[in-house]
Amino acid sequence: MSDNAVRREWPLWEIFIRSQHGLAHKHVGSLHAADGASAISHARDVYTRRNEGVSIWAVRAADIVASSPGDKEALFDPAQSKVYRHPTFFPTPDGVKNL
Amino acid sequence: MSDSVLDPKFETLLRLGDNCLVLSQQLGLWCGHGPALEEDMALTNVALDLLGQARLWLSYAGEVEGQGRDEDALAYRRDGFEFRNLLLLEQPNGHYGDTVVRQFLFDSWHQHLLAALTRSTDPRIAAIADKAAREVRYHVERSSYLMVALGDGTAQSHDRMQASLETLWPYTGEWFEPDAVDAQSAKAGWAPAAGSLRDAWHASVDAVLARATLAKPAYAGHQRGGRQGLHSEHLGHLLTDLQFLQRAYPQAQW
Repeated sequence: MSDNAVRREWPLWEIFIRSQHGLAHKHVGSLHAADGASAISHARDVYTRRNEGVSIWAVRAADIVASSPGDKEALFDPAQSKVYRHPTFFPTPDGVKNL
Repeated sequence: MSDSVLDPKFETLLRLGDNCLVLSQQLGLWCGHGPALEEDMALTNVALDLLGQARLWLSYAGEVEGQGRDEDALAYRRDGFEFRNLLLLEQPNGHYGDTVVRQFLFDSWHQHLLAALTRSTDPRIAAIADKAAREVRYHVERSSYLMVALGDGTAQSHDRMQASLETLWPYTGEWFEPDAVDAQSAKAGWAPAAGSLRDAWHASVDAVLARATLAKPAYAGHQRGGRQGLHSEHLGHLLTDLQFLQRAYPQAQW
């Protein structure tokens, strides 16, 4: 595909759907659309046909800042050896429900 | 149908149902051929909405007629001259701009029709209209958006949209012409009088055409007859496809 053809494509959008009130928006996939309004309506047509959601977010894929896979060790490995950060060393008081 | 005295309620319901059925069939032809995956899905969704509406109208039509015909009998075993859809809707899909213009002209009329039908004196009609109106609110939003996007797009897309509009415009005149069925139906309060939607429709169309930088075609006579069963040759071809299975294998079950 030539550079020209790439530029003529609709930009890519990442779609996030909230399945019900109180829950967070969740990434469901991506699609192409000319602008924000059409991204929302395309998302409605592609990702909510079976009653999946009550709210849609569309974000230009180009606007998402992502961590680099090459930085994985530096970013995430140090957390592996710090089990004390997990709240599993506290006895649960008797009579406390829903903890 | 040989009966010269038409049942106005049955006829009214056929007009409502056949519009949805014929347009749904036309949009279904785009399935897998849309200009982008997203558009393909969107158009197919609209087609399915309309098919659902056609089922509701035609089922009720069959009950009102009382001859034991259900939605399938009405959809698959009537001939062209028994169809009551608007002529616009049987016009070929053409290029995508033609399809968008046809859809926009119909959607913007359909929304006003359904809004009026929710006030029908027949509770079943009002209930079906209420359900359909919510779907059509999205249809008209979508087709209006595309009118603006393509009309106010490139010079080429603008010119093609303007040409589509000029070609299809003459098919909108018949929507507002009252006939005997329409008069009886309006008198009973089942459906609005045909002419009563004219001003609201023009206002909706004008607003979108202005944003789309498209010129409203000058009025120059129009095609009529769809609601009375006088159709263009296109309907026959469309029904050949639509009805093939039931014609070739009568009573075939899915």
